[in-house]
Amino acid sequence: MENLLVQGLSGLATASSLFLVASGLTVIFGVTRIVNFAHGSLYMLGAYLSWTLVTQLPRGHLGFWGGVALAALIVGVVGVLIEVLLLRRIYKAPELFQLLATFGVVLIVQDVALLIWGPQDLLGPRAPGLRGATMVLGVRFPLYELFLIAVGPVVLALLWLLFNRTRWGTLVRAATADREMVGALGVNQRALFTTVFFLGSVLAGLGGALQIPRESVNLQMDLVVIVEAFVVVVVGGLGSLPGAFLAALLIGELQAFGILIFPRITLVLAFLVMAVVLVIRPHGLLGRAPSTAHAAAAPEPPYLPASPWRRWAGLGLLLLAVIVPPFLGDYALIVFTEIAIMMLFAASLHFIMGPGGMASFGHAAYFGFGAYGAALLVRHFAAPMELGLLAAPFMAGLGGLVFGFFCVRLSGVYAAMLTLAFAQIAWSTAFQWVEMTGGDNGILGVWPSAWAQSKLVFYYLSLALCVGAVMLLRRAIFAPFGYALRAGRDSPLRAEAIGMDGFRIRWFAFILAAVAAGIAGGLFAYSKGSVFPTYMSISRSVDGLLMVLLGGVKTVSGPIAGALAYTWLHEQLMRAFDLWRLFLGIIILALVLFFPQGLAGALGRREGRS
Amino acid sequence: MLDVTDLHAHYGRAHILQGVTLRAGEGEVLALLGRNGAGKSTTMKSIMGLLRPTSGAVRFRGEDIAGREPFEIARRGIGYVPEERRIFTELSVLENLEVGRMPAREGLAPWTAERVFALFPSLGAMRKRPGGRMSGGEQQMLTIGRTLMGNPRLILLDEPSEGLAPVIIERMAEAILALKREGLTVLLSEQNLHFARLVSDRACVLEKGAIRWEGRMEALMADEAARAQYLTV
Repeated sequence: MENLLVQGLSGLATASSLFLVASGLTVIFGVTRIVNFAHGSLYMLGAYLSWTLVTQLPRGHLGFWGGVALAALIVGVVGVLIEVLLLRRIYKAPELFQLLATFGVVLIVQDVALLIWGPQDLLGPRAPGLRGATMVLGVRFPLYELFLIAVGPVVLALLWLLFNRTRWGTLVRAATADREMVGALGVNQRALFTTVFFLGSVLAGLGGALQIPRESVNLQMDLVVIVEAFVVVVVGGLGSLPGAFLAALLIGELQAFGILIFPRITLVLAFLVMAVVLVIRPHGLLGRAPSTAHAAAAPEPPYLPASPWRRWAGLGLLLLAVIVPPFLGDYALIVFTEIAIMMLFAASLHFIMGPGGMASFGHAAYFGFGAYGAALLVRHFAAPMELGLLAAPFMAGLGGLVFGFFCVRLSGVYAAMLTLAFAQIAWSTAFQWVEMTGGDNGILGVWPSAWAQSKLVFYYLSLALCVGAVMLLRRAIFAPFGYALRAGRDSPLRAEAIGMDGFRIRWFAFILAAVAAGIAGGLFAYSKGSVFPTYMSISRSVDGLLMVLLGGVKTVSGPIAGALAYTWLHEQLMRAFDLWRLFLGIIILALVLFFPQGLAGALGRREGRS
Repeated sequence: MLDVTDLHAHYGRAHILQGVTLRAGEGEVLALLGRNGAGKSTTMKSIMGLLRPTSGAVRFRGEDIAGREPFEIARRGIGYVPEERRIFTELSVLENLEVGRMPAREGLAPWTAERVFALFPSLGAMRKRPGGRMSGGEQQMLTIGRTLMGNPRLILLDEPSEGLAPVIIERMAEAILALKREGLTVLLSEQNLHFARLVSDRACVLEKGAIRWEGRMEALMADEAARAQYLTV
């Protein structure tokens, strides 16, 4: 009984912390419609800054609370800089592009934090006046946790007053519904957005700053927090503050009691809840369907068959890929193999993102299904490579069949978040089901059959399978099926009105993309000789997104160019610099700002001009 | 007050305004007439800065405002009432009015929520009601009231009679005449000739993105040939 009470109270404290971060994220999303990946980085900065300030300032109440407040304000200023220098220029860009930009910020902040604070975990001092514990209903409970429990509702109440009882709040709520009209009524919406971003960033910074007496400050906090905050915001309903509070309570308590009841599936729980909520209530607990009345996007340009120039370039590239490798060393062959595999992975993601118009944040799941499909056969049945490579697409297709059935019913950010939830479920399963998958230690000894042992032969095998699969995907885009898919993307109602079953078409496209990603995953498993849960991690999904967006969603050759550029760049940066994240982040920002069409799009414009 | 010269505007590649020239004097109600797709709404949006004109000048009280941002244009004293009304559906009547509020303007009696309720008494009975739970007529009154809260010198009314019952249209005409008596300048885009005739001093007739006819309202009513050519469907 006492144990339950303590768990319940800790759950409330966790919920408060979650709410602080999630409230900032949901406020920013509500107004700017930007899914801010960098929100977790602002949280991390808040924690680091307050650690520095609190340890430098004189001890005592003023030093601690002053340091926390100052850290939150500095983070607010950093948020304003991000908004003014970066986001303001891309408000009209497609959603995913904004996401890519904020991810560039994540990378930069990670390395800047590493430079300033170093790689070791930092332990903060405890809060003055709140050091001890007190008796709550007969159990000892830390005072600081009690304080955190109070912070959540207080912040919710203050935000409610701010949004419902001040002119600023009224303007923000109006801008959430119709930005353009607010501008026509004389409101400088750019300045309004900046203030909203300031508020959201301060909340993130405060959330981080208040954590220092509770847990150590480290460089992994940003992504851990942003994923949890996404879950809370999506479960609550994007843009809804009370929803975020409710969801934070739900997730906080679930995590607290989950450890007692289902210690084996703690990582999955939050994502299971998110998946269930999204399947039952597609816009979250308290969310509303987004108003699309004044968000009409520019029509998508149709895909064109490759120009003669591009056809020759592609053929030349393929020829190089066939002729050059025999003269290369093992290391170069490994890189080449990886590039071929990543091309297929990117092309399969592009297939649902471009023609399908559905954003996936969790495409790595199908890559991982492929890899595990092959590896599990090897581990449990000692199957040969040929069988493993057959099982890979089958397993991934099965995953796509089940997950896709739910995902393709949603659209926009919610669909993207559901794909993320499923990918996290798959990842957690691989991570926590140790008997089956080996958990974090992975499955080792997944080697090719004797005839494909040499790096060169395996490279040719990968090249043949990947190029073949990419060509088939390409064929599907220009087949009647591809037309139907794009018709459903551009005008769902009209497509249904002329008798197309949009759901089945999208579902089939999702499965097809999963199968293709599965082939890539299977090949990847045999090329590395091992399989780990990281194959399904968020960062691999993001890698895929980066490749597609770098290359350009609006062209069929985009993902190929993107995979080539990204894999090569990644490899070079990692080899040449310790601070490769910083460079990659800067390159991403430069691309977003100067080549909003992606690489292939930029090339296309040049062709068009000449 | 308003002086538009050779205004051109495009939607993507479509050349919608092909040299619109019109002027409205202080205190005048100018009707902008024309069939569906003639360019009435586009003219209004271009004046308001919601659509960036490709070329031409928009002078307001002597200053060229073409190419400025909508909020800058609104702050100079032009109010815009969109055809689709664009009420903030989750905000109450009072909050909708609050969004439109701007500082008082020299020489004009400042608008308050109470003055709006005096002009449209039915709004006064539903101050806390969310904009989404109002009838079309009430929404139309609210959108005009919201714009008035910005104390405009010139108001752009885009088809205020569209979709309203005849009784409400009459009340709308009375309101516009009351605004005219206050000295407000009105540019009124209309398809309903009967309604336009009730309130307008002069008329400009648009066709294919340019003004084809211009003159006193009575002259248009007398010119059956012009009406048949440009207005009758």
